[in-house]
Amino acid sequence: MHLDHLHDGPSAVGADARRPDGTRRALRIGLGGPVGSGKTATVAALCRALRDEVALGVVTNDIYTREDAAFLLREAVLPPERIAAVETGACPHTAIRDDISANLEAVEDLEDDTGPLDLVLVESGGDNLTATFSKGLVDAQIFVIDVAGGDDIPRKGGPGVTTADLLVVNKTDLAPYVGSDLARMAADAKAQRAQLPVVFQSLRTEAGVTAVADWVRARLAAWTA
Amino acid sequence: MSRAALLVLADGRFPAGGHAHSGGAEAAVRAGRVTGAASLEEFCRGRLHTTGLVSAALAAAAALGADPVVLDAAADARSPSPALRAAARRLGRQLLRAARPAWPATELDALAREFPKGAHQPVVLGLVARAAGLGAADAAHCAAYECVGGPATATVRLLSLDPFEATAVLARLASEVDRVADQAVRAAHRVLDQGADALPAASAPLLEIGAEAHAAWPVRLFAS
Amino acid sequence: MDGVSTGVRAAARIVARGDGRGGTSLPVLEGEGPLAVRRTRASGDEARVLLVGAMSGPLGGDRFTVEAKAADGARLRLGSSAATIALPGQTKEEARYEVRLDVAAGAELHWLPEQLISARGSELTVTTRIRLASGARLVYREEQVLGRFGEEPGRLTSRLAVRLDGRPLLDQELSCGPGAPGGWDGPAVLAGHRALGQLLVVRPEFVDAPVAARPLGECAALCPLAGPAVLVTAVAPDALRLRHVLDGALRDLS
Repeated sequence: MHLDHLHDGPSAVGADARRPDGTRRALRIGLGGPVGSGKTATVAALCRALRDEVALGVVTNDIYTREDAAFLLREAVLPPERIAAVETGACPHTAIRDDISANLEAVEDLEDDTGPLDLVLVESGGDNLTATFSKGLVDAQIFVIDVAGGDDIPRKGGPGVTTADLLVVNKTDLAPYVGSDLARMAADAKAQRAQLPVVFQSLRTEAGVTAVADWVRARLAAWTA
Repeated sequence: MSRAALLVLADGRFPAGGHAHSGGAEAAVRAGRVTGAASLEEFCRGRLHTTGLVSAALAAAAALGADPVVLDAAADARSPSPALRAAARRLGRQLLRAARPAWPATELDALAREFPKGAHQPVVLGLVARAAGLGAADAAHCAAYECVGGPATATVRLLSLDPFEATAVLARLASEVDRVADQAVRAAHRVLDQGADALPAASAPLLEIGAEAHAAWPVRLFAS
Repeated sequence: MDGVSTGVRAAARIVARGDGRGGTSLPVLEGEGPLAVRRTRASGDEARVLLVGAMSGPLGGDRFTVEAKAADGARLRLGSSAATIALPGQTKEEARYEVRLDVAAGAELHWLPEQLISARGSELTVTTRIRLASGARLVYREEQVLGRFGEEPGRLTSRLAVRLDGRPLLDQELSCGPGAPGGWDGPAVLAGHRALGQLLVVRPEFVDAPVAARPLGECAALCPLAGPAVLVTAVAPDALRLRHVLDGALRDLS
């Protein structure tokens, strides 16, 4: 929590749980992970799963701007005004960790323009295994890796794998084709993360995102409690 | 004044959103006008004496206590490109966000209330400098340096330019940055007597034109 | 103005007013020497005036002033019969050219002179100040050509400051040629282009029907300003191609 005087102005600081008008702001969940691991697909699936229950918006952070936002728009998972794109100047991890000001602005503008919202998903641009979200930007983060990226990623660890509130191992349907050992990945993840949860998912079916959606629902329940 | 406060404010790691902006370098690189260290230096020099001078004078005038609303309108009139106006306001808002926890001040709170979507960044910079106990010359130096530092950093990423060469460009421009900052401070003092018309209005047609071309690209690395 | 200039001083004054019968009268139409003015055939309700250069200039040390006012109900179109060429003079002094335009609410002024050419060795500062009342209409074009064909340019400083209803709408200055601040011909400013121009269109209708910004090729852009106005900024290799871009943009806006 930040100092009281900061609540006066129109833009409160990221970690504040209240908007300037005193209402509770949306829960912010970050999704990070390497390029191609299925972050955008997970965001799209989450939107479809949750959009009838909660008011939600999405902020994307592309390496090349707007590609991910354009995908979400094409898929029509949300009305266009609920999707905002942040440009990251070739440094996606900077925009979610070291200098979060553009993302905070995008989140707040989404809430101001389309709110009140219950949930904002902040998707990072595809980056490396060290990219994590600042606590000033999100309340919880999901790290998405996939079986095709190599089954040794959980063993290698790194801040994303070890500290994310939820680790998602995506594309389990591909495991037989790329020779990834799911049991070994699960054991390595467990060793790296102790009690923190891990979900194995395949988004080939609509129900594929259920476990992650349930985790988000639990987070929302705790946020609004 | 605190010299260390100036270093905090001028630090490229100050989390105020600058890393996502190329200061027109991305458009100039794509157009083939910036291809290496020599053309980067000429690009930065032209930017310094035009938008850099104007930004430095706005920042210095704000630091001296000129009315930010008047300065903001003067900045609008000096930025024909709507893409550049939007970028300047976005960066102003981000700078204010980063500065308020760093240097809490009622003047900054008032500015945030007056401009909920952001004032032009140099105006915010001047008021932040004030809040940090810095003077007009400090604000002008920050603005002038930032206007060449941004494109130099961006060009390292865009062209994979040798970072040592890019830094050498900035070092070679240092005395010119000093002169522009001095010129800006003199103009800022005139603003107090004569009003905002005394601000310089030096313009760079290709920065304005390039900014609009850049804003129309479907895919780009930098926000401006 | 200072009193030590050794060059020529010349002034032109034009005041246009609605004549109450759907036309425009010219109660003031004064010019002298190199700034002679001539009324040409009117078109509809619009009065037309040409600045007729009796000699080329301005030369170093000269002081030229043009004042034009479109008062209530006026529609005034101003042009020039030929390009203005800034040339070096006998003295080392710079030349100054001042333009003041005033447009009342509901009045309309078109300022469409030929190019200003900065010849080698010349030194000229042009200052254009435009005051628009709320509801005024303006079409303003300026074109600068740096050097006659194949020639190095002189030193040229040109400032355009426009106020609408007392508030700044546009303020732009460009300095180029030998002795201008560094980088003027570099990749951020002119990049070797030898012709540059601005077309400013101010219309109250832009408040409700704003025009979207758009690039006009590689070397020009159409920009809605922070007010009911649109500015086209263009650079080009030469005067002909510059005019082509500005004419095209003006047609699109009409």
